Amino acid sequence: MQTSRAPGVAFIFKKALISALVALVLFSLMIGVRTEAGSDGQLTYWTRFGDLAMMVATVFGGSIVVELLRQWWGPVGTVRVVPPQVTSALSFAGRLVAPVLLIFTFLVPVIFYNERYILDLGILVLTYVMLGWGLNVVVGLAGLLDLGYVAFYAVGAYSYALLATNFGLSFWICLPLAGILAAFWGVLLGFPVLRLRGDYLAIVTLAFGEIIRLVLLNWQSLTGGPNGVTGIPRPTMFGIPLSPGDDGLAAKLGIEFSPTHRIVFLFYLILALALLTNWVTIRLRRLPIGRAWEALREDEVACRALGINTTTTKLTAFATGAMFGGLAGAFFATRQGFISPESFTFHESALVLAIVVLGGMGSQLGVALAALAMIGGFELFRGLDQYRMLVFGMAMVLLMIWRPRGLIGHRAPTVFLERNQAISSDLVKEGHG
Amino acid sequence: MSADQILDHILSVDHLSMRFGGIVAVNDLSFGAERRKITALIGPNGAGKTTVFNCITGFYKPTSGSMRLAHDDGHNIQLERLNDFRISKQAKVARTFQNIRLFPGMTALENLMVAQHNALMRASGLTLLGLIGAPSWRVAEKAAIDLARTWLERIDLLDRADDAAGNLPYGDQRRLEIARAMCTEPALLCLDEPAAGLNARESASLSELLLSIRANQGTSILLIEHDMSVVMEISDHVVVMDYGVKIAEGTPQHVRDDPRVIAAYLGADEEEAIAVMESGT
Ligand SMILES: Nc1ncnc2c1ncn2[C@@H]1O[C@H](COP(=O)(O)OP(=O)(O)O)[C@@H](O)[C@H]1O
Ligand SMILES: [Mg+2]
Repeated sequence: MQTSRAPGVAFIFKKALISALVALVLFSLMIGVRTEAGSDGQLTYWTRFGDLAMMVATVFGGSIVVELLRQWWGPVGTVRVVPPQVTSALSFAGRLVAPVLLIFTFLVPVIFYNERYILDLGILVLTYVMLGWGLNVVVGLAGLLDLGYVAFYAVGAYSYALLATNFGLSFWICLPLAGILAAFWGVLLGFPVLRLRGDYLAIVTLAFGEIIRLVLLNWQSLTGGPNGVTGIPRPTMFGIPLSPGDDGLAAKLGIEFSPTHRIVFLFYLILALALLTNWVTIRLRRLPIGRAWEALREDEVACRALGINTTTTKLTAFATGAMFGGLAGAFFATRQGFISPESFTFHESALVLAIVVLGGMGSQLGVALAALAMIGGFELFRGLDQYRMLVFGMAMVLLMIWRPRGLIGHRAPTVFLERNQAISSDLVKEGHG
Repeated sequence: MSADQILDHILSVDHLSMRFGGIVAVNDLSFGAERRKITALIGPNGAGKTTVFNCITGFYKPTSGSMRLAHDDGHNIQLERLNDFRISKQAKVARTFQNIRLFPGMTALENLMVAQHNALMRASGLTLLGLIGAPSWRVAEKAAIDLARTWLERIDLLDRADDAAGNLPYGDQRRLEIARAMCTEPALLCLDEPAAGLNARESASLSELLLSIRANQGTSILLIEHDMSVVMEISDHVVVMDYGVKIAEGTPQHVRDDPRVIAAYLGADEEEAIAVMESGT
């Protein structure tokens, strides 16, 4: 449809008409007729045909606009209308994006030292970058659709919170423990869902996420139920607390104490954790296990014919993704100082999954950009109040028209002989399980 | 079965049956594949050839019967007792598929690297040695790339090593799938219609490749094929199936002249029958 220049005016109109018709049927009762209980409890109703007409007209117009956009503007990945010079220039610029972004991130606490808001936002974005990279192992590489990723985030957060408050273990001991515990739960979840594919897998992982949240909510004696865990210790710089006291870092260094120190420390902590996630993932992709994940996404039957144990391969993907989720969770707990089940709703899973999909499944840079766009975008549109979600949804729709396979829609090979050339996303499978 | 003692069979299929509900896809089939020889399994469409392959390679669990693999070192493996990936990993049986099953989004080289998964997994210390970049892992990785390079050279695809497998022409994909199977270093290679969709020139180069695999690697080959010129040219032994049973077996010449074979092909498809008869003249 995209290759032949235009499907024609008739096609666009037909499509718009059908959309308008559907809208008319849907909205005629929802908007066209307004019912209310009258003063004596009787049913009163009045019609709002004007509003209805407006809605239907909007859908009609919107459908035409979307269709035109689809033709003129994208999807860029498949239509090769861009001349090669531009493409190569773009790919050169693209290669610069990652290092520039990394250097900028390192400098954020220096540049914005006095702007607490930016620093907090940066920490938030980096947390989601890390979660996105973690989930990317499961969804982007292994092609397993996991809708319950937040469960591992919760396991990590509660592991640290409970170990630290009950046994007084330090953050640096709890951090690996949180990762290991989350990975353990990842394997535990992995076992029953291994046979499931596609929608079934998605639903079961979704349920798993909810189960974990409900357990946290109801196991009052251990988790504090809806009240959560309070008084979670703040992280120390390898034993030296970042507090105003005499034994604090500021006193030791002989500088004046400032609460910003801790924020900056947290910023670099999550940056280090995120970069660790990235490094490990990039490393793993070039190892047999990572290649097996991607092969699994491409064709599970062929994997079995090559002697690859698909069960353990899937489990390792689940465990690795869960481990990163757990590490991020431990960080979340220490940063907040307080956690409750409310922080671990399905909304979080959906958000992280959206980041992975928007970024281009499997692409590390894409996921980072998507996290920045999503979390930063949320903040940017804060002024719009109730229209925030609307604007956001529209932006997502436009982006999916323009880039149906995500921001970075190509795959980088893990090994090459002569040329390290990207593989078009048209060839790369999304996995089915 | 006296032949069994004289001939050195790497694979012996005994009274194999496979039912799907009411359909009997394979019915009490017995045959053997000789070591370091090319055995062809032919028959009209729907005869049950692919089903036999799926039983041998563990994708189906046979309803009854046994399949024994006799390795060079003398130890025997009952294939019906292994399942799924273990057939390739432990019994060293590799296969290709009637509908090509490459990893389309991975490069040709990557496809061959994935095939060496088990060996590389061991070399990478179950990932740990690989993660820290231990020298022993580096050496093993380089050896794996070299093996892949050798195979790419043999299938004439060295210049396309870094292209996505899904972007290769059909004939190249067929050969790449064979190379990928060979990278698992199998004792028995099972090929499901490797010449399907190839032109005459590509078929000829395929025959050459299979003969060279037999000669250089000493791999025994079990081959399902429709292209009679390929079958007649390279196979040492031919087994003919129709409706799930074996109707003939022997040398290519012997089978070609067998009236039951001609009848089976005539009943199935005139063109195929003509191909069988003409391939000898
Ligand atoms: N998974 C299956 N379920 C049901 N029937 C099957 C299945 N696989 C094969 N068959 C049937 O078995 C018969 C033999 O098929 P197949 O082995 O593919 O033949 P061939 O490869 O010789 O063309 C066919 O009738 C086919 O419909
Ligand atoms: Mg078949």
